[in-house]
Amino acid sequence: MDIKLEFGGGAELLFDNQKQYKITLENKKTPWLIGDLLFWMKDNLLKDRPELFLQNDSVRPGILVLVNDTDWELMDTVRYEIKPNDSILFISTLHGG
Amino acid sequence: MCEETIATLIKDIKSLKEQIREKEQLLAAHLKVQSNVPCKYSEALQTNEIARYSRQMLVDEVGLAGQISLKASKVLIVGAGGLGCPAAVYLAGAGVGQITIVDYDEVELSNLHRQILHSEDDVGASKVHSAYDKLHSLNRSIQIIPLKMHVNSASISQLMSDNSYDVVIDGSDNVATRYLLNDACVLNKMPLVSGSALQTEAQLTVYNYNNGPCYRCLFPVPPPPDTVKSCGDGGVLGPVPGVIGCLQALETIKILTKSDGVLAGRFLLFDGSTSRFRTATLRPRSPECAVCGHHPTVKELQDYEQFCGAGAHDKVVSIDILRSVDHINPQQLEKVLEDSLVVDVRDQAQYRMCHLPKTVNIPYGEILKAEGAKKFSDCLEAAGKREVYFLCRRGNDSQRALDHLKQVFSGSNVNFFNVKGGLEAYSHNVDADFPIY
Ligand SMILES: [Zn+2]
Repeated sequence: MDIKLEFGGGAELLFDNQKQYKITLENKKTPWLIGDLLFWMKDNLLKDRPELFLQNDSVRPGILVLVNDTDWELMDTVRYEIKPNDSILFISTLHGG
Repeated sequence: MCEETIATLIKDIKSLKEQIREKEQLLAAHLKVQSNVPCKYSEALQTNEIARYSRQMLVDEVGLAGQISLKASKVLIVGAGGLGCPAAVYLAGAGVGQITIVDYDEVELSNLHRQILHSEDDVGASKVHSAYDKLHSLNRSIQIIPLKMHVNSASISQLMSDNSYDVVIDGSDNVATRYLLNDACVLNKMPLVSGSALQTEAQLTVYNYNNGPCYRCLFPVPPPPDTVKSCGDGGVLGPVPGVIGCLQALETIKILTKSDGVLAGRFLLFDGSTSRFRTATLRPRSPECAVCGHHPTVKELQDYEQFCGAGAHDKVVSIDILRSVDHINPQQLEKVLEDSLVVDVRDQAQYRMCHLPKTVNIPYGEILKAEGAKKFSDCLEAAGKREVYFLCRRGNDSQRALDHLKQVFSGSNVNFFNVKGGLEAYSHNVDADFPIY
């Protein structure tokens, strides 16, 4: 299953400073949930300091997750079942002005 | 002689400006009384107001009723910086009746590329006074209230109990102030138009409006302090907060004129590097929210610096994690440059911008990784030195780098030293030609 991962607001710094990844998730017996994806990202993409991205099996405070431009809170968060061609954006909130 | 004349002139100009500002405030008060005669050919507005605001009154979203609402409105802008300046310009231009602008900082040269109300002559003056001058010259018929004040729980509580604002604009630069303004707006039932910017990216939404979420609904827990970057460290392109400040003014006008389509419950992301705007749909107000939920636990303003584990400003706090014998003063640096290895641990962009001669650049971020430590030992070997001095912008990362490498190379015969206060101290104490940025 092909999906798009996007990063912004500084979250891309944890992923080799790359704002977009096109990835392929191998088929598995159970559906791919965002919770599974987070661990996949930790194992496959996260360069260093995973605690700056993950905390207690979810993303750390201050990161907003958007699935196809919708807040993942409206999509059952880590339990959302990923569909082919989904675009999942991890955005770190900014505070400067 | 020449320097003395310059100093006197600067001082004189400053005091004359102060006098002009006072007299203008007086004049404005008098003119306000005198010119408060409605136009006999229209309702509620004056002849010059109709001419002045006609271009926006012709737009359906505003009209006569909208213009009357704008005139009767009070807006609080927190931060006279990259967001607050453009927001204030457009709101003053649009005829918002009362604009209060709060900031404690003074204008610095490094502000001018984005904080468009301030000019070269204002460097060193308070931002709110500089903002007042420009806004007042743009529109003398509205009330501009400059408040040079620290934004904290006590001052904001007081301000909001003395005044009722129709909209609050968050143009602040730190996490603690963002939680503070959010809670204050929820407790006082005011919409919060919140913008933020860093490097080429920016974000915008309206909190606490029309059943949309508040900041805490989205972010119940503050981010770890070491994940937060300021404009002073990360940098920012001027037009990026400029775009968002303009949009903050637009959202404010829409709220004040009761237009549909306010950006509440939605989150706008702007990436200037690709010129892409996108708008995401947000969760609604959360029933469990600590401040706006059904059973709030936050019923008055708190200590937000403690809550966030970070100061309510975007300045860097000095650390001291070394023994005093591990430090040298920047004045001693010149003597050691010849015989030692001096490692500047700032990132590459900063090093390229300006650096001392005969130094090598290994960024702190790299030093923490194996390849950086390797690079360091290669430099050490190539230089054939036993004394190593660490240097950075303000003397914090250099201590961290030293501490880390000392452990990695424990048991070696290398002596490690830190240049106290970094390049800022070098500029202050040794050579003012080294830029402070
Ligand atoms: Zn809330």
